[in-house]
Amino acid sequence: MNNEQLNDRNVSDGYFLVDIEDYPTDGWGKFKRVIKRTFRGELFVGLWVVLREMIRFDTHTIKYPEEKMPIGPRYRAVHEMKRLWESDAERCIGCGLCEKICISNCIRIDTRLDENSRKEVSEYTINLGRCIFCGYCAEVCPELAITHGGEYENASDQREHFVDYAGMLTPLDKMKAGTQVEFEGFGAITPHEDERVKKTPLAY
Amino acid sequence: METAYLIETVIKIVVILLIFSALAGIGTYFERKVLAFMQRRLGPTNVGPFGLLQVAADGIKLFTKEDIVPSGVVGRIFKFAPVITAATAFMAAAAIPFLPSFTLFGYEVHPIVADINIGILYILGIMGIGLYGPLLGGMASANKFALLSAARGAAVFISYEVITGLSILAPIMMVGSLSLIDFNNYQIDNGWIMFAQPVAFVLFWIAAFAETGRTPFHLIANDHEIIDGFGTEYSGMRWGLFFIGEYANMFFISFVISLIFLGGYGDGSLLGALGFLAKVAFFFFFFLWTRAAWPDVRPDQLMWLCWKVLMPIAVINIIITGIVMM
Repeated sequence: MNNEQLNDRNVSDGYFLVDIEDYPTDGWGKFKRVIKRTFRGELFVGLWVVLREMIRFDTHTIKYPEEKMPIGPRYRAVHEMKRLWESDAERCIGCGLCEKICISNCIRIDTRLDENSRKEVSEYTINLGRCIFCGYCAEVCPELAITHGGEYENASDQREHFVDYAGMLTPLDKMKAGTQVEFEGFGAITPHEDERVKKTPLAY
Repeated sequence: METAYLIETVIKIVVILLIFSALAGIGTYFERKVLAFMQRRLGPTNVGPFGLLQVAADGIKLFTKEDIVPSGVVGRIFKFAPVITAATAFMAAAAIPFLPSFTLFGYEVHPIVADINIGILYILGIMGIGLYGPLLGGMASANKFALLSAARGAAVFISYEVITGLSILAPIMMVGSLSLIDFNNYQIDNGWIMFAQPVAFVLFWIAAFAETGRTPFHLIANDHEIIDGFGTEYSGMRWGLFFIGEYANMFFISFVISLIFLGGYGDGSLLGALGFLAKVAFFFFFFLWTRAAWPDVRPDQLMWLCWKVLMPIAVINIIITGIVMM
C-alpha cells in the first residue's frame, strides 16, 4: 500500500499554503524588511483598536461587593442541612451514608433511639478543615437533607469554623416564611443562563 | 523694580511647583482611567465621585508611609537620587512659557520664570541630568533589578539624547534662536514648524518617549521584567518623588513639543492659549494611549533604533535643511 492518498492533504480547493518569506540573510534584505515593517502602519492599527474600545465604552467590570454574578446551583460551597416542609423537623434520618461515602473522612454522625424508639441524630459534625467539597455526601443523601449551599463568602481563622451544625440547619423563621431554598438537582443550570448562552462557533 | 521682579519670580516658581505637583497626581488619575477604558475596565470608582479623590488617597498614603532605607544601600546617594529626578523636572520648567503673557490687575504677567536666550539647550540639559535619578538610585539600591535598571538607564540615555539633540537642530537652524518664545513668535508668521520639519517632529516625539521613559521605551522600570527597576527598594515619599518627577516630565515635554513644532500659543490671544493647552493635552493623552496599545522594545532594540535608524535620518535631515536654507 502506498501512502500517496494519505499524504495528500488538499482536502478541498479552499486550502492554500500561507506564503512565509525567508528570513533575510544579507544587509540589503534586512534593510528592505525594516522599510516594509516601518511603513506597514501596524502601530496605528493598535492605536485604533484601543481607541475604538475606549469610545465604545463597553466595560465588563462587575463591582464585586455590590454586584454579584448569579451562582450556579451546582456550585459546591459550605453544606446546608434542610428541614421538612411539613413539620419543620430535620430531614436527616441518620442513615449514615454520607459518613460512609465521605472520601476525606470528615463527617462524623452519631445516632440514638429517642423515647418513641425512633432513630434520631444526636451528633453531626463536618470537619470543614478536611472537607474537599467533592459533593458525594449531597449526592448520596436519600432524603436531600444535606446539600451544598452557595455561600462562598466565608472568613475565619480556620476553615473548621466556617459553620457548625446549628448554622447549617435552615433557621426556623426561614421555614415559617417558607423561604428555604431547595436544591435544584445535579443537572440544574445557572439562573439566566438561557439568555447568556451563545452558539458554539462551528463555522468550520 | 528689583524687589518687584524678585517677588514676581518667587510667586511664579511657587505657582508652577504647586500646579504641576497637583497635575502629576491628577495625571495618574487620568492615566488609570484612560488605560482602564481602553482595556474595557472602569478604573478607580470608589473614592469620591468617579474616583476623583483617589489622587488624595494616594497622596496621603505616599506622605504618611514609612520611609525605609534598607541596610546595604549606599545611604546618602540612595536618599538623594529621587530628589534629582523631581528637582530637575521642575528646574527644566523654568524656561518654558506656559501661557502667553496676560494682564492681571493692570500688571503684565509673563508666565515664564526666566526667558533665557538658551531656553531649549537649558531644558534639554536639565532633563538629561534628570536621568541621574534612576541611574544613581538604581546603582545605590544594592538590588539586582535596580542595578539592571540603572544599566539600562545609561544605555537608553546615551542613545536617545543623540536623537533629541540632532532632531531639534534643524528647527533651531530655521528659527535662529534657542528661546522658546522666539520659536513661538517665528511660527506666527511662518506656519508651524511641524509642516516644515515633519521628520524632525517625529524624531523628537520618539525621543520624548525615551526621555520620559514611557511605554514603547519603558525599559528602565519595566514591571514585568525588572519589577520597578530603580524604584524597587524605594518606599513612601522618596518613591513618590520619582513618580512626581516622571509625570511632571511628561507634562513639560508635552509643552516643549507643542511650543517647538506646533506653533505654541500663537499670537497670544485667548484662543491661542486654549489651543496651546489642547495641544499639550493631546500629547499627554498620547503618552497614555501608546501605553495601552504598544508593546515594549528591548534595550538592544532601542539602541539599534536610535543609533542605526534615527540618528542617520536626523543627520540627513540637518544636511537637507542646511542645503535648502543656503
